[in-house]
Amino acid sequence: MARVAQLIVNGHKYAVDAEESSSLLSVLRDQLDLTGTKYGCGEGQCGACTVLIDGRARRSCLTQIGSIGSKQITTIEGLASGEQLHPLQQAFLDEGAMQCAYCTSGMIMSAVGLLQTNPNPTPSETVEHMQGNICRCGTHPRIVAAIQRAAKTAKESRR
Amino acid sequence: MNDKHLQNPLEPERYELTAPRTYHFEIGRRGFFKFLGAGVLVVCALKDTEVAQESGGGKRFSEDSLPKEIGAWLHIGEDGTVTVFTGKAENGQNIRTSLTQAVAEELRVPMEKIKLVMGDTQLTPFDMGTFGSRTTPIMGLRLRTVASAARELLVGFAASQWQVDRTRLIAADGRISDPVTRKSIAYSALVQGQQLVQAVPAEDHLTPATEWKIAGQPVAKVEGRDFVTGRHRYPSDHALPGMVHGKVLRAASFGATLVSVDLHDAEQIPGVTVVRDGNFIGVTAPSKETAAQAIAAIHAEWKSEPQPSNKDLFEHLKKNATEGGDPQGYDSHIEIGSVEKALASADHRLQQTYTVQYIAHAPLEPRAAVAKWDGDDLTVWTGGQRPFGVRAELATAFRIPEERVRVITLDTGSAYGGKHTGETSVEAARLARAAKRPVKVVWTREEEFTWAYFRPAGVIEVTGGALKDGTITAWEFHNYNSGAAGIKTYYDIANQKIVFHPSRSPLRQGSYRALAATANHFARETFMDEMAHLAKIDPLEFRLKNLKNDRLRAVFEAAAKKIGWGRTKEAGHGLGMGGGFEKGGNIATFAEVAVDQKTGDVKVLHVVTAFECGAIVNPDNLRNQVDGSNIQGLGGALFEAIQFENGRVINGKFSEYRVPRFRDVPKIETVLLDRKDLPSAGGGEAPLLGLAPAIGNAIFDATGVRLRALPLVPDGLKGKAS
Repeated sequence: MARVAQLIVNGHKYAVDAEESSSLLSVLRDQLDLTGTKYGCGEGQCGACTVLIDGRARRSCLTQIGSIGSKQITTIEGLASGEQLHPLQQAFLDEGAMQCAYCTSGMIMSAVGLLQTNPNPTPSETVEHMQGNICRCGTHPRIVAAIQRAAKTAKESRR
Repeated sequence: MNDKHLQNPLEPERYELTAPRTYHFEIGRRGFFKFLGAGVLVVCALKDTEVAQESGGGKRFSEDSLPKEIGAWLHIGEDGTVTVFTGKAENGQNIRTSLTQAVAEELRVPMEKIKLVMGDTQLTPFDMGTFGSRTTPIMGLRLRTVASAARELLVGFAASQWQVDRTRLIAADGRISDPVTRKSIAYSALVQGQQLVQAVPAEDHLTPATEWKIAGQPVAKVEGRDFVTGRHRYPSDHALPGMVHGKVLRAASFGATLVSVDLHDAEQIPGVTVVRDGNFIGVTAPSKETAAQAIAAIHAEWKSEPQPSNKDLFEHLKKNATEGGDPQGYDSHIEIGSVEKALASADHRLQQTYTVQYIAHAPLEPRAAVAKWDGDDLTVWTGGQRPFGVRAELATAFRIPEERVRVITLDTGSAYGGKHTGETSVEAARLARAAKRPVKVVWTREEEFTWAYFRPAGVIEVTGGALKDGTITAWEFHNYNSGAAGIKTYYDIANQKIVFHPSRSPLRQGSYRALAATANHFARETFMDEMAHLAKIDPLEFRLKNLKNDRLRAVFEAAAKKIGWGRTKEAGHGLGMGGGFEKGGNIATFAEVAVDQKTGDVKVLHVVTAFECGAIVNPDNLRNQVDGSNIQGLGGALFEAIQFENGRVINGKFSEYRVPRFRDVPKIETVLLDRKDLPSAGGGEAPLLGLAPAIGNAIFDATGVRLRALPLVPDGLKGKAS
């Protein structure tokens, strides 16, 4: 079976050695030790494993690495620029939008995907977009508030 | 019926069991200073009453030896770092934050100087487990006690160093100051070069809640940055050099026995080790995928016994019920006055039956453990709520003394009462011993939905009688299987008979956030609504007429005011309420629903909860817990139910088991009543209690359809007779 030898993650070229059919989630976590991306269901239902592939939010548990080629993968570990948190990371902290925080990486990455395509989502657009991400602790209202806050921050910084 | 899968010693509400006294001073005094460096170690003895509660009796603290019953200890290092040790575990309730606040408050040091070591059986004092909303009232108090004792000790050091009266010294911001001489010294300087163990009895130097500066504040999650950057390592993220991945072969159905097995194909896969030990068959492999492949290559034949399914569930529970007696010691058989006589003379009589299905905790992080053997010494990194319980399970499973087992709990991706047990720890350890390498086991979502335990299903029968003026005179309440927590009524009723009947649960069942109190409150608060309508009295007025407890009245009144009880509503909208008391928390929840007359869709629009649990330690976190309880509670109230058939769970996936998602979340408003004059109680459980009856009663208000089964509307209202 064909194997994949390289992935570009967070701007770095990583040597990997895995079958094309391997899930991106497993390769990130078990081979590259990038454990910020989480397993929650393995069927694309919970969103805990969300990463960006060429800027678009994707479920890494259902993504076979053979399909990625030289596309850019961004994980939660690659979101901040040095010590400067991404506005969404900062907004999640400011809103206290987490309890156990196991879903947080996936929530943030899904939200990054949302703001890429819709920089000013309404609360209901935010709810629709985030429908595929599960939080069992029930922090949903704060997550929506954090995304709204980040969108506002980004808008202000663009002025 | 085959009960094999039930042999795991797990009952509902097992945490009410009296804990055995298993405390050992593992690390010893020298080890402590080697581990932490020089400084002062303050050890706090438990009060006798707490000892009795926690360990079933114990010895008095004596001066010539370290106390055997230690509630907590705290180390102040030469660099001023404060390390606090507690056997509690962080599962998303943010107790790492609230406990740090409590210590910071009493010790008068900034939060960032404090590090909490939690749930490590080698380093932290014995603790029964993190459950039952006990962390805030018991551990919070204990850490405050040890921190205040440490503060008093440091004041004493400074006083003797300066030869001044200690009462004029002030402790603040990690320093002791003398306002007269204007001298000031840092805690770090006071402990310099010391290797002092100071055991203090639990005397009260506690700061009253009215004077709190750090406690009582909405402090953000400790180490929050690690969680938004993916840096925090959860149990399932833990890895060791040379580690392999383990997976266990699951039986074809609950309680099935292995008839024959062919391991040959699995053993041929490179890198795979197959382990067989009786009915236990597992594999280890260099990757999860290879481990899964190896399990799939095992050809096993199972013998299954016929077992009950959902459709027979409630009949089964009643048929197998016993006369009562709760093994956990809840008051589960109450008789006051004569229900029979009171019913005979009542103006209104009512009898109804309520049912509750099994639901799953579905913590987003499935169970996980990494196990490593070093000779006969075993170390396990895992998550969950009972590190010392898991240690006992491991010691039993491998027939080794507990001293040889160390369980290290990593801050976990939630539990909700569902992680009291050490399944993955035992599995990983068993595989690691055979593979002679560290082994990691992470359950799949399907395993989590099938082989964990569930919130108990139950049948509840209620009979009541009331006078014309709305005074309830008779109350009879029987709970079959779901549990005795919250079974007592807080309404003042002269004649009562309340009985919990344990039964044979067809599924493995155990603790769940707020426990059976959810089922008991659902039945009670729905019945109250039904009685109110029967007596033609406003449901709020009816409750208040029969309720003396001021704290409970206060939350009902606060929530009613906030949602505008009695206001006019749009067509198809309804308002309902439910409330109660459990684990030191008083709650009332009001809900507004809209029912689509054509489709039968039920939408919860607005939820208001008023909650009071004594003096609030962290209002922001408490709000998060109360809102979270309501949102999580939406699932069990509206649509969550484990479907099972003949020993198999048939909806064990997120695509088949519906949990609340963003679209389901209503507008939520939380009113917190801060009673600084009362001790702090936990807030992670009781807020769940009011939601289900509030929604059910609101649906009745909107449509006249009375629902008496949880979940209320898994398929909407369509087809439900009015």
